[in-house]
Amino acid sequence: MQMTIKVKVENLTKIFGRSPKAVLKKVQEGMSKEEVLKKTGHTLGINNVSFEVKEGEIFVIMGLSGSGKSTLIRCLNLLNVPTDGKIYVDGENIVAYDKHQLREYRQKKVAMVFQHFGLFTHRTVIKNVEYGLEVRNIPPGKRYEIARKVLATVGLEGWEFKYPTQLSGGMQQRVGLARALANDPDILLMDEPFSALDPLIRREMQLELLDMQAKLKKTIIFITHDVNEAFKLGDRVAMMRDGKIEQIGTPEEIFSTPANEYIENFVKDIDKTKIIQAKNIMFKPAALISLKDGLNVAAKEMERNGISSVFVVDSERRLLGLVTIDDTVKAIKEHKTLIDILRHEYNTTGPETYIQDLLPIATESKYPIAVVDENNKFLGIIVRVSVLSALI
Amino acid sequence: MNNFPAFLHLKLGIYVKYFVDWLIKNFGEFFEALTEALLWFLGQVESFFLWLPWWVVVGGVCFLGWRLRKLSTGITFALLMLLIGSFKLWDATMATMALVLTSVVFSLVIGIPLGILMAYSERTSTLMKPVLDAMQTMPSFVYLIPAVMLFNLGKVPATFATIIYAVPPVMRLTELGIRRVPREMVEAAHSFGSTAWQTLVKVQLPQALPTIMTGINQTTMMALSMVVIASMIGAKGLGMEIMIAISRLDIARGFEAGISVVILAIIIDRLSQGLVHKFKFPE
Repeated sequence: MQMTIKVKVENLTKIFGRSPKAVLKKVQEGMSKEEVLKKTGHTLGINNVSFEVKEGEIFVIMGLSGSGKSTLIRCLNLLNVPTDGKIYVDGENIVAYDKHQLREYRQKKVAMVFQHFGLFTHRTVIKNVEYGLEVRNIPPGKRYEIARKVLATVGLEGWEFKYPTQLSGGMQQRVGLARALANDPDILLMDEPFSALDPLIRREMQLELLDMQAKLKKTIIFITHDVNEAFKLGDRVAMMRDGKIEQIGTPEEIFSTPANEYIENFVKDIDKTKIIQAKNIMFKPAALISLKDGLNVAAKEMERNGISSVFVVDSERRLLGLVTIDDTVKAIKEHKTLIDILRHEYNTTGPETYIQDLLPIATESKYPIAVVDENNKFLGIIVRVSVLSALI
Repeated sequence: MNNFPAFLHLKLGIYVKYFVDWLIKNFGEFFEALTEALLWFLGQVESFFLWLPWWVVVGGVCFLGWRLRKLSTGITFALLMLLIGSFKLWDATMATMALVLTSVVFSLVIGIPLGILMAYSERTSTLMKPVLDAMQTMPSFVYLIPAVMLFNLGKVPATFATIIYAVPPVMRLTELGIRRVPREMVEAAHSFGSTAWQTLVKVQLPQALPTIMTGINQTTMMALSMVVIASMIGAKGLGMEIMIAISRLDIARGFEAGISVVILAIIIDRLSQGLVHKFKFPE
């Protein structure tokens, strides 16, 4: 993943009410959300929020209703104008944009998918998808062509001339997604896009989003109130409460070191097997034998570390196989070489495999699981105990 | 003791009179020119309707009834129009049509933009609502007097009075229609970088159209219901027939003219409602 910063939000505050600027000072002096509402009648939507989103990542903002997450995402395309703070996109502060620049930014760089789809019910599916292009005055023939292509990528071929209300919820949100993608924006803002769908369809859409993202590599900012969804989709997750971000981190980081009790309560309910990956629980084995080391070194290493088997790699740390202590002792007597007694009946896995998929393997296999990267380079091992203990 | 205090006597009406007097004194020529222009326009519309051969009108109504509703409706409408003709009230009906149509066109030209403004601006909306209530509930005779003073007798003040009475529904329903467009839909339009005009024309108005069409239907009905009153200040047409019948206690003549108004109302209502359905999209 590239490490370029795509979106940078600095000290963002949004206050709703008659004179937000006047209330801003009190908020900065530390007045709480409840106090602000009681004393001034203003609603503190988001309070001094800062974060960065890297190019090509899925950044999930997770919070319960009223936490300010929808307010926050609407600041990123200025549907809500922040009361204070800066938002840099590709290094430009969009809060300072004039009308013309803002229109250009919305037309080309950013697109939004809405919770209740926000489709234009008076337009056919294809006319919905064409909307963003139409606003940019792209000629009808060209925008029709683009819209058809995008509709095909979301699996809606043949539905072009239906009206949105004639489609199921899941299909409607595909239209919403296609409409957002038609402009080929860098940034996709998704405001609880799957919350209105029933659980089965939701899961299907989540997987499709991940598939699509693997190809398109957009920068996605995704809002949800569902902690499982957040941890499933997010490369990084920001946990929000009362207009503030309580913690930002990868799912695993938040999971293993929750910043406070509030977050701890949240992650308690999570199905851990879907979050913890092989790389989180693997460790460097105490002993690792290179092919050129030979049988005697292997025997000695196993003896010293009190283990009954050891993995063998080549000079570039590529995994070749495994030898057991019994085989080694026998081979020394019979004057064989290391390569003759290599065994292959162990399991390997990638570093990003979730432990839900490792569980069945770990319980069956008598050797540790080897973690290798796509070039078969040896990264570490996972033993049954560490899989099981990760679940507690 | 229980009588209303005598010293509380506010002569508000006199100031309205002063205002109208002031208007006539200072803007008399403007109103004269306006009257001339409106008169010319009304004359054109009326002579167009009178020029139309009767069978074109009957055929047209039949065709519209067929397309907008069903064939039997079209035939019924055609027969009803023939009935009006056989009452020897064809020309009067066409004159009424011209007045109603002109008033409706002006009502829409004024009402739809103001309705949009009311939807966009909370302040305009709160300001306009009591005004609209007054326009609909104030007995029309009250503003017929100043209308006559400003525009003389005849078609022009009649149109003016009809517009005042008929414009509120289309304004109210335009406002309602636009306000009822779901927030997310408008946000979606904005999020793609639409200009205010694009949002209005591509999203808000099409979404509000079925509601606006209902408003147009109501406005047309209101305009039609004003024809008798308008004839009191000299508008020709079916209203005038009814006025004559009343003054002569001519039951037969009054009945025929009255029935003709009803027929006209039914035809216009059903046709414009058919049009409303044509603008509906699956919800």
